[in-house]
Amino acid sequence: MFTIIVGLICGLLFGSGMIISGMVDPAKVTAFLNISGDWDPSLMFVMGGALAVFTPIYHLVIKKRGRALNGEKFSWASNTQVDGTLIAGAAVFGIGWGLAGFCPGPVMASLGGGSLTIFIFLASMLTGTAAARHYLRGAFPLPFLGRYKSSSSA
Amino acid sequence: MENFSPWSALAGGALLGLSAAVLMLFSGKVAGISGIISGLFTRQKNEFSWRLAFLTGMALSLFILQPFSIDLPELIKQPVISIIAAGFLVGFGTRLGNGCTSGHGIIGLGRFSKRSITATVIFMAAAVIVVFIRSRLGVL
Repeated sequence: MFTIIVGLICGLLFGSGMIISGMVDPAKVTAFLNISGDWDPSLMFVMGGALAVFTPIYHLVIKKRGRALNGEKFSWASNTQVDGTLIAGAAVFGIGWGLAGFCPGPVMASLGGGSLTIFIFLASMLTGTAAARHYLRGAFPLPFLGRYKSSSSA
Repeated sequence: MENFSPWSALAGGALLGLSAAVLMLFSGKVAGISGIISGLFTRQKNEFSWRLAFLTGMALSLFILQPFSIDLPELIKQPVISIIAAGFLVGFGTRLGNGCTSGHGIIGLGRFSKRSITATVIFMAAAVIVVFIRSRLGVL
Protein backbone atom coordinates (compact mmCIF):
# COMPACT_ATOMS: atom_id res chain seq x y z
CA MET A 1 0.00 0.00 0.00
CA PHE A 2 2.87 2.36 0.92
CA THR A 3 4.51 1.82 -2.47
CA ILE A 4 1.22 2.47 -4.29
CA ILE A 5 0.61 5.77 -2.47
CA VAL A 6 4.22 6.87 -3.08
CA GLY A 7 3.73 5.91 -6.74
CA LEU A 8 0.54 7.97 -7.04
CA ILE A 9 2.06 11.06 -5.37
CA CYS A 10 5.23 10.82 -7.45
CA GLY A 11 3.12 10.41 -10.59
CA LEU A 12 1.19 13.60 -9.71
CA LEU A 13 4.49 15.45 -9.14
CA PHE A 14 6.00 14.09 -12.33
CA GLY A 15 2.97 14.88 -14.47
CA SER A 16 2.78 18.41 -13.00
CA GLY A 17 6.46 18.89 -13.76
CA MET A 18 5.92 17.82 -17.36
CA ILE A 19 3.02 20.28 -17.80
CA ILE A 20 4.57 23.26 -15.95
CA SER A 21 7.95 22.87 -17.66
CA GLY A 22 6.46 23.00 -21.16
CA MET A 23 7.64 19.49 -22.11
CA VAL A 24 4.02 18.73 -23.09
CA ASP A 25 4.20 21.25 -25.94
CA PRO A 26 5.69 19.67 -29.10
CA ALA A 27 6.16 23.16 -30.57
CA LYS A 28 8.40 24.04 -27.61
CA VAL A 29 10.28 20.72 -27.81
CA THR A 30 10.88 21.26 -31.52
CA ALA A 31 12.01 24.86 -30.91
CA PHE A 32 14.53 23.50 -28.38
CA LEU A 33 15.83 20.91 -30.83
CA ASN A 34 15.99 23.47 -33.67
CA ILE A 35 19.46 24.77 -32.80
CA SER A 36 20.12 26.13 -36.30
CA GLY A 37 16.90 28.13 -36.35
CA ASP A 38 15.04 30.28 -33.81
CA TRP A 39 16.43 28.32 -30.85
CA ASP A 40 14.43 28.25 -27.61
CA PRO A 41 16.79 26.96 -24.88
CA SER A 42 14.00 26.65 -22.25
CA LEU A 43 14.07 22.86 -22.11
CA MET A 44 17.72 22.96 -21.13
CA PHE A 45 16.43 24.48 -17.89
CA VAL A 46 14.04 21.55 -17.42
CA MET A 47 16.92 19.11 -17.36
CA GLY A 48 18.97 21.56 -15.28
CA GLY A 49 16.19 21.92 -12.70
CA ALA A 50 15.61 18.17 -12.54
CA LEU A 51 19.30 17.36 -12.13
CA ALA A 52 19.82 20.16 -9.59
CA VAL A 53 17.26 18.45 -7.33
CA PHE A 54 17.84 14.77 -8.10
CA THR A 55 21.65 14.59 -8.23
CA PRO A 56 22.44 15.84 -4.69
CA ILE A 57 19.63 13.77 -3.12
CA TYR A 58 20.92 10.70 -4.96
CA HIS A 59 24.58 11.12 -4.05
CA LEU A 60 24.17 12.46 -0.51
CA VAL A 61 21.20 10.39 0.67
CA ILE A 62 20.05 7.54 -1.56
CA LYS A 63 23.45 6.14 -2.52
CA LYS A 64 24.52 5.90 1.13
CA ARG A 65 21.55 3.69 1.98
CA GLY A 66 21.40 -0.06 1.40
CA ARG A 67 17.66 -0.07 0.90
CA ALA A 68 14.75 2.26 0.20
CA LEU A 69 12.54 3.49 3.07
CA ASN A 70 10.00 0.73 2.31
CA GLY A 71 12.73 -1.88 2.89
CA GLU A 72 13.09 -2.82 -0.78
CA LYS A 73 16.33 -2.92 -2.70
CA PHE A 74 16.98 -0.15 -5.21
CA SER A 75 15.96 -1.38 -8.64
CA TRP A 76 18.29 0.61 -10.83
CA ALA A 77 19.86 -0.94 -13.88
CA SER A 78 22.84 -3.17 -13.08
CA ASN A 79 24.12 -3.24 -16.65
CA THR A 80 26.97 -0.78 -17.15
CA GLN A 81 28.05 -1.79 -20.64
CA VAL A 82 27.55 0.54 -23.60
CA ASP A 83 26.55 -1.76 -26.46
CA GLY A 84 25.06 -1.61 -29.93
CA THR A 85 21.55 -2.24 -28.63
CA LEU A 86 21.71 0.82 -26.36
CA ILE A 87 23.13 3.03 -29.12
CA ALA A 88 20.63 1.87 -31.75
CA GLY A 89 17.74 2.21 -29.31
CA ALA A 90 18.72 5.73 -28.29
CA ALA A 91 19.12 6.75 -31.96
CA VAL A 92 15.70 5.32 -32.93
CA PHE A 93 14.09 7.03 -29.95
CA GLY A 94 15.77 10.33 -30.86
CA ILE A 95 14.49 10.12 -34.43
CA GLY A 96 10.95 9.53 -33.19
CA TRP A 97 11.25 12.34 -30.64
CA GLY A 98 12.49 14.79 -33.27
CA LEU A 99 9.80 13.73 -35.73
CA ALA A 100 6.79 14.78 -33.63
CA GLY A 101 8.16 16.37 -30.44
CA PHE A 102 6.58 13.80 -28.11
CA CYS A 103 8.34 11.49 -25.66
CA PRO A 104 6.71 9.08 -23.17
CA GLY A 105 6.51 11.40 -20.11
CA PRO A 106 4.69 14.30 -21.77
CA VAL A 107 2.32 11.87 -23.48
CA MET A 108 1.24 10.39 -20.13
CA ALA A 109 0.90 13.88 -18.62
CA SER A 110 -1.28 14.94 -21.58
CA LEU A 111 -3.76 12.03 -21.36
CA GLY A 112 -6.17 14.06 -19.20
CA GLY A 113 -6.63 16.54 -22.05
CA GLY A 114 -8.36 13.83 -24.12
CA SER A 115 -6.60 14.76 -27.37
CA LEU A 116 -6.96 12.19 -30.16
CA THR A 117 -3.40 12.88 -31.31
CA ILE A 118 -2.09 11.83 -27.90
CA PHE A 119 -4.08 8.57 -27.94
CA ILE A 120 -2.91 7.75 -31.47
CA PHE A 121 0.69 8.40 -30.43
CA LEU A 122 0.30 6.25 -27.30
CA ALA A 123 -1.25 3.34 -29.22
CA SER A 124 1.55 3.45 -31.78
CA MET A 125 4.16 3.73 -29.01
CA LEU A 126 2.81 0.62 -27.29
CA THR A 127 2.95 -1.22 -30.62
CA GLY A 128 6.57 -0.16 -31.01
CA THR A 129 7.36 -1.33 -27.47
CA ALA A 130 5.77 -4.72 -28.17
CA ALA A 131 7.77 -5.05 -31.40
CA ALA A 132 11.00 -4.22 -29.53
CA ARG A 133 10.17 -6.86 -26.94
CA HIS A 134 9.82 -9.43 -29.75
CA TYR A 135 13.15 -8.33 -31.12
CA LEU A 136 14.76 -8.68 -27.68
CA ARG A 137 13.44 -12.26 -27.59
CA GLY A 138 15.35 -12.94 -30.79
CA ALA A 139 12.21 -13.13 -32.95
CA PHE A 140 13.60 -11.19 -35.95
CA PRO A 141 16.85 -9.54 -37.09
CA LEU A 142 17.36 -5.77 -37.49
CA PRO A 143 19.55 -3.91 -39.99
CA PHE A 144 23.08 -3.25 -38.56
CA LEU A 145 22.32 -5.19 -35.36
CA GLY A 146 21.24 -8.57 -36.73
CA ARG A 147 19.37 -10.92 -34.45
CA TYR A 148 19.46 -10.10 -30.75
CA LYS A 149 21.68 -12.33 -28.60
CA SER A 150 20.84 -12.40 -24.92
CA SER A 151 24.53 -12.24 -23.94
CA SER A 152 24.60 -8.56 -24.87
CA SER A 153 21.68 -7.84 -22.58
CA ALA A 154 20.03 -4.43 -22.80
CA MET B 1 13.72 33.34 -28.51
CA GLU B 2 10.37 35.09 -27.99
CA ASN B 3 8.92 32.04 -26.21
CA PHE B 4 11.86 31.61 -23.84
CA SER B 5 10.47 30.52 -20.46
CA PRO B 6 13.36 29.62 -18.15
CA TRP B 7 11.49 29.99 -14.84
CA SER B 8 8.60 27.67 -15.56
CA ALA B 9 11.06 25.27 -17.19
CA LEU B 10 13.27 25.34 -14.11
CA ALA B 11 10.31 24.93 -11.72
CA GLY B 12 8.80 22.07 -13.74
CA GLY B 13 12.20 20.44 -13.99
CA ALA B 14 12.67 20.69 -10.23
CA LEU B 15 9.35 18.85 -9.76
CA LEU B 16 10.56 16.08 -12.08
CA GLY B 17 13.78 15.76 -10.08
CA LEU B 18 11.87 15.79 -6.78
CA SER B 19 9.49 13.09 -8.00
CA ALA B 20 12.37 10.90 -9.18
CA ALA B 21 14.24 11.34 -5.88
CA VAL B 22 11.17 10.63 -3.71
CA LEU B 23 10.22 7.56 -5.73
CA MET B 24 13.72 6.14 -5.42
CA LEU B 25 14.26 7.04 -1.77
CA PHE B 26 10.86 5.82 -0.55
CA SER B 27 10.21 2.86 -2.86
CA GLY B 28 13.52 2.06 -4.52
CA LYS B 29 11.99 2.53 -8.00
CA VAL B 30 13.31 4.34 -11.05
CA ALA B 31 11.01 7.06 -12.45
CA GLY B 32 11.72 6.19 -16.06
CA ILE B 33 8.43 6.66 -17.86
CA SER B 34 9.06 4.35 -20.81
CA GLY B 35 10.16 1.63 -18.37
CA ILE B 36 7.11 2.12 -16.15
CA ILE B 37 4.76 1.92 -19.15
CA SER B 38 6.37 -1.13 -20.74
CA GLY B 39 6.66 -2.74 -17.29
CA LEU B 40 2.85 -2.79 -17.09
CA PHE B 41 2.86 -5.43 -19.81
CA THR B 42 5.41 -7.76 -18.24
CA ARG B 43 4.34 -10.32 -15.68
CA GLN B 44 6.11 -8.97 -12.61
CA LYS B 45 3.60 -9.50 -9.88
CA ASN B 46 4.68 -6.93 -7.29
CA GLU B 47 5.52 -4.24 -9.78
CA PHE B 48 2.14 -3.73 -11.44
CA SER B 49 0.21 -1.67 -8.86
CA TRP B 50 2.77 1.06 -8.17
CA ARG B 51 3.36 1.48 -11.90
CA LEU B 52 -0.36 1.85 -12.55
CA ALA B 53 -0.64 4.28 -9.60
CA PHE B 54 2.25 6.36 -10.93
CA LEU B 55 0.80 6.56 -14.45
CA THR B 56 -2.66 7.35 -13.05
CA GLY B 57 -1.10 10.18 -11.04
CA MET B 58 0.57 11.49 -14.18
CA ALA B 59 -2.67 11.46 -16.15
CA LEU B 60 -4.54 13.16 -13.28
CA SER B 61 -1.97 15.90 -12.62
CA LEU B 62 -3.64 18.12 -15.21
CA PHE B 63 -6.79 18.32 -13.06
CA ILE B 64 -4.77 19.53 -10.06
CA LEU B 65 -3.16 22.26 -12.15
CA GLN B 66 -6.26 23.46 -14.00
CA PRO B 67 -7.75 25.32 -10.97
CA PHE B 68 -4.51 27.36 -10.97
CA SER B 69 -5.17 28.16 -14.64
CA ILE B 70 -2.30 26.01 -15.83
CA ASP B 71 -3.44 23.98 -18.81
CA LEU B 72 -2.16 21.86 -21.69
CA PRO B 73 -1.05 23.80 -24.76
CA GLU B 74 -2.96 23.63 -28.01
CA LEU B 75 -1.10 21.05 -30.08
CA ILE B 76 0.47 22.02 -33.38
CA LYS B 77 -1.22 20.32 -36.34
CA GLN B 78 0.80 17.38 -37.55
CA PRO B 79 -0.06 14.72 -40.14
CA VAL B 80 -1.44 11.55 -38.55
CA ILE B 81 1.15 9.48 -40.39
CA SER B 82 4.05 11.26 -38.66
CA ILE B 83 2.34 10.88 -35.27
CA ILE B 84 2.01 7.13 -35.91
CA ALA B 85 5.57 6.78 -37.19
CA ALA B 86 6.98 8.87 -34.32
CA GLY B 87 5.02 6.88 -31.73
CA PHE B 88 6.29 3.57 -33.09
CA LEU B 89 9.91 4.76 -33.16
CA VAL B 90 9.67 6.18 -29.64
CA GLY B 91 8.17 2.93 -28.32
CA PHE B 92 10.67 0.74 -30.14
CA GLY B 93 13.71 2.89 -29.37
CA THR B 94 13.02 3.38 -25.68
CA ARG B 95 12.55 -0.36 -25.16
CA LEU B 96 15.72 -1.19 -27.11
CA GLY B 97 17.72 1.60 -25.46
CA ASN B 98 16.22 0.85 -22.05
CA GLY B 99 15.01 4.37 -21.32
CA CYS B 100 13.85 7.77 -22.50
CA THR B 101 14.37 11.41 -21.56
CA SER B 102 13.42 10.70 -17.94
CA GLY B 103 15.18 7.41 -17.18
CA HIS B 104 18.40 8.28 -19.00
CA GLY B 105 18.17 12.09 -19.05
CA ILE B 106 17.34 12.60 -15.36
CA ILE B 107 17.99 9.50 -13.22
CA GLY B 108 20.82 8.10 -15.35
CA LEU B 109 22.60 11.43 -15.77
CA GLY B 110 22.13 12.19 -12.07
CA ARG B 111 23.77 8.85 -11.22
CA PHE B 112 26.60 9.63 -13.70
CA SER B 113 25.82 6.35 -15.52
CA LYS B 114 28.00 5.86 -18.58
CA ARG B 115 25.15 4.12 -20.44
CA SER B 116 22.74 6.98 -19.75
CA ILE B 117 25.23 9.69 -20.69
CA THR B 118 25.85 7.87 -23.99
CA ALA B 119 22.13 7.36 -24.62
CA THR B 120 21.26 10.99 -23.82
CA VAL B 121 23.94 12.37 -26.16
CA ILE B 122 22.76 10.04 -28.95
CA PHE B 123 19.02 10.67 -28.68
CA MET B 124 19.55 14.43 -28.38
CA ALA B 125 21.82 14.41 -31.45
CA ALA B 126 19.40 12.22 -33.45
CA ALA B 127 16.46 14.48 -32.56
CA VAL B 128 18.42 17.64 -33.45
CA ILE B 129 19.35 16.13 -36.85
CA VAL B 130 15.73 15.15 -37.58
CA VAL B 131 14.48 18.64 -36.66
CA PHE B 132 17.23 20.16 -38.82
CA ILE B 133 16.13 18.06 -41.80
CA ARG B 134 12.48 18.92 -41.12
CA SER B 135 13.30 22.64 -41.06
CA ARG B 136 15.26 22.39 -44.34
CA LEU B 137 12.38 20.54 -46.00
CA GLY B 138 10.01 23.20 -44.78
CA VAL B 139 7.87 20.81 -42.75
CA LEU B 140 8.41 22.49 -39.40
